[in-house]
Amino acid sequence: MQLAEISSVSLAFLGSGGAGVISTGELLLEAACKNGWYGLLTRSVGPQIRGGEAAAMLRLATQPVDCHADRFDLLVAVDWLNAQRFALEMPLGPRTIALCDPESGAVPEFVRAAGVRVIELPLKAMTAANPEWRPNMIALGAALRVLGLPEDAARAAIENRFGDKGAAVIVASLAAVKGGADAVESGVLPARLPAPAASGTARWRISGNQAVGLGAVRGGVRFAAAYPITPATEILEWLALNLAKVGGALVQAEDELASINMIIGGSYAGAPSITATSGPGLSLMVEGIGLATAAEVPIVVVDVMRGGPSTGIPTKSEQSDLNIALYGMHGDAPHIVVAPQSVSDCVFTAQWATYLAEAMQIPVLLLSDQFMGQAHAAIDRPADVAFVGQRRIARDIAGTYRRYSLNGPNVTAMALPGTPGGQYTADGLSHSERGTPSSAASDHRAQLDKRANKVHEFDFGDHWATLHGSGEIAVLTWGSVTGAVLEGIALARTDGIDVRVIAPRLLLPAQPERMAAALGGVRELIVIEQSHGAQFYRYLRAHYHLPRNVRVVNSAGPLPLRPGDIYRELTAERAA
Amino acid sequence: MSAEPKPAYKASDFKSDIAPIWCPGCGDYHVLLSITRALAQLGKPPEQVAIVSGIGCSSRIPAYTNCYGFHGVHGRALPIATGLKVIRPDQTVIVTTGDGDGYSIGGNHFLHACRRNLDLTMIVMDNHIYGMTKGQPSPTTEPDLDTALTPGGTGLRPFNPLVIALASGANFVARAFAGNIGQTTSIIVDAVTHPGFSFVEILSPCVTFRPDQRSWKTQVHPAPVDATDDPARAARRIMTDDGFNLGVLYRGNRQPYTPKFGGSGCDLSELEREFEL
Amino acid sequence: MSDKADAPSVSTLSDLLAVAYQIEVDAIERYKMLAEQMETHNNVELAAVFRDLARAEGIHAAEIRRLAGDVDVAALGPEVGQWMTGDSPEAADLSSAHYMMSRAEALRMALAGEERALAFFEEVVKSVEDPEARELAKQLVEEEREHVELCHQLIRRHDKPLRRLGVEDPDAPEPQG
Repeated sequence: MQLAEISSVSLAFLGSGGAGVISTGELLLEAACKNGWYGLLTRSVGPQIRGGEAAAMLRLATQPVDCHADRFDLLVAVDWLNAQRFALEMPLGPRTIALCDPESGAVPEFVRAAGVRVIELPLKAMTAANPEWRPNMIALGAALRVLGLPEDAARAAIENRFGDKGAAVIVASLAAVKGGADAVESGVLPARLPAPAASGTARWRISGNQAVGLGAVRGGVRFAAAYPITPATEILEWLALNLAKVGGALVQAEDELASINMIIGGSYAGAPSITATSGPGLSLMVEGIGLATAAEVPIVVVDVMRGGPSTGIPTKSEQSDLNIALYGMHGDAPHIVVAPQSVSDCVFTAQWATYLAEAMQIPVLLLSDQFMGQAHAAIDRPADVAFVGQRRIARDIAGTYRRYSLNGPNVTAMALPGTPGGQYTADGLSHSERGTPSSAASDHRAQLDKRANKVHEFDFGDHWATLHGSGEIAVLTWGSVTGAVLEGIALARTDGIDVRVIAPRLLLPAQPERMAAALGGVRELIVIEQSHGAQFYRYLRAHYHLPRNVRVVNSAGPLPLRPGDIYRELTAERAA
Repeated sequence: MSAEPKPAYKASDFKSDIAPIWCPGCGDYHVLLSITRALAQLGKPPEQVAIVSGIGCSSRIPAYTNCYGFHGVHGRALPIATGLKVIRPDQTVIVTTGDGDGYSIGGNHFLHACRRNLDLTMIVMDNHIYGMTKGQPSPTTEPDLDTALTPGGTGLRPFNPLVIALASGANFVARAFAGNIGQTTSIIVDAVTHPGFSFVEILSPCVTFRPDQRSWKTQVHPAPVDATDDPARAARRIMTDDGFNLGVLYRGNRQPYTPKFGGSGCDLSELEREFEL
Repeated sequence: MSDKADAPSVSTLSDLLAVAYQIEVDAIERYKMLAEQMETHNNVELAAVFRDLARAEGIHAAEIRRLAGDVDVAALGPEVGQWMTGDSPEAADLSSAHYMMSRAEALRMALAGEERALAFFEEVVKSVEDPEARELAKQLVEEEREHVELCHQLIRRHDKPLRRLGVEDPDAPEPQG
């Protein structure tokens, strides 16, 4: 049979406690990446700390991918325990192949209903015959064979991962992989991913959370304070290890109230500083962010959004912290809100965020989300950019030092502790030019003006948004949804529908002139976001002039938007 | 007497030109005097001292000094001081706070700052009342104090901050009385000099909402015994004293916390290696 | 604080000069603080009283400097120590201040200081062995007696029915925090 060539293939490993499907997914991603492909790996897990049902979802491709496909091509079930939980997250179809062990129980309803072709993989019999083989390694081997990869492709990944467990484990794992590969046919998939073209560019395998950490350090961050929270903890863990390598440090805080104030103290003392959290932690930090605004202390606060409100869904994604990021603070508190659009963009946006914070002596909120934060992706090495935090520092102070001077630039030189003559008290109270508490209307207004103007005057440049395509139909979207939107409009273009995409990376301050230019000639606008309350749409309505004809496509998390969802929205519009 | 080197600084070198807004009669005036005198004795220039506070009457102190200061939000002085000290260990960092700011809204930070044992000094002006918001009970208020917010009193047992400091790992625990300026000055010098987290509780009367505290000056007395380095013994003494024992009550020898900074730093490109395929 | 004496130790003439000077310096500082407090709290009349008192103590301090001749009393001050419990004798008790206090109350505050100073120097006369120091202490006792008497006279002139602190304030405290 002649196999059709497609540009990506999607597969999932499923299994319950102890099956090791997540690490199997990681090994396969690594093997596929070593083979020259790109890829994206996300996970979905039950609420258990250990022993919960889990799914590793992979998409392998010949070019970088920022979202999952519409359909899984291959499902490898180590067992089916509680697999029904993933019914909504795992779109399947008649072209999907499921590899599973008939001894592991009945195929779940959602798999059968989709008309999936089931191929037996006798895991129990194989492990009975080879007690040192582990089912997930057999599953890995089977997946490699179906994808057309040699089983040896995983050797380096296995050696790397199990190196500290001894040679016997590696030998057994490689044998299990080979056993799994030999247990299935290579041609069962209706389509095969072509061999990757030799690429001249360096490639990375990185998660969005790691990418945020790296970008921040590139931007100059040298201090972090940390309180663990899912799904942001990996940023803090990465920083703990890596800040120490570049002369920085991370301190674990007792709560988020402490972590936000610790970085304010660290930044006041001169170190570009960061913390990372998720929704509930951000709620606790908001007062501190207001303090940093008033006292003009630069900080970067990363919010890896998860389902909310309250504890919500800690392990799954949503774009529903936009409102608190934009409007959470009491008083008039100018600050910056930025959002990366992909794993790769996390590097740039975190670096830019650090630069902006230092340049304007202001808090910058970076809104990532669980989807891209915890996704592992193979990407082209992000380009080096020149954004490195440069704070105006007061040195050689003569005469009376005015920390919040109104004569001169609105971003005023900051004296660091130890500088003679620069002593001042940073204050959350309304204050005079010297920082002295003042409840006078004139001081209050003058400092509000100063803090607002330093943001308004700043030239954010072309990085405020990514702009794609052209046409009289435009999609406005943001954050990790951008990846699916871009694939969706590419599909629409094959139908002859031209759509432009405007994805602001800079959400606050709003850029009305730039947005007006980007929307020039647009007849219809579709706003696409992942929030039940259409927060992004309401934000756009509040800050921008939008075309008369606006449609909103908003869905709550945690299900990711897929390219086909976008395509259907665009074509439904045509048909209507 | 041995000839000590002449101090290079006077207390007035550590005072700013800003007039305090405290009520005349307030104990915090004494504490400000004691802090500036202690700093003069310590002999570091004002720019090498940072004073951090939260919100409340006592938290006004930073701006009244000529040091670097941070007047943050309610309850969060200790975390700000922690960040500051981690980045600038060369600075002398003092936290000035009160019983509401330090023990109630900032209570969790109090526990963990003691436990972390960074080389900081926490000075709490305890007047058993919220003064700035007009007389509500704090964690150290007596159970029967009738207030507008708690008519008839809270009925709650006040907590003992010195025992909590001790149990949480503070490396130096002292009680002072604002009116004893000489002793308070000397305790502050001692606290700042002692390595690790030093906790100084200063009984500082609120003449506006607790005029009964004017009698404190006749109730306080020196601690009958010297400081111990045995936390169990110190705890027993503090739990059984009358609350007016003044002096250094515990002087520990735990190693202060010092975060690990990785030397001068590697080239940033080295951080990318783990990601390379 | 067993390692610190409770009060400065006076055994020589220069010790005594240093202590006497320190007492005046503390008194000046305290009156200036009170004057500032009264200015902040809009009691202009009392601010002037405290400024006057600070000036008077300044004259005393200058007198002691003159008596001391070549002895650097300011530098000696820290060496003789300070008061561990209570306060420097002549320093006004800040805790007895009130923003609505009357002139007579301020003068009583001053009187209390002068009386404490008198008692302190009387004690020095009894305890010090150095004859020169004892002679100066006697002289200081005489001066303090005059100050005490002066305070009494001023109080008689300004005394009005005692206002009880805090209870007659028609304005409630303002919440700020």
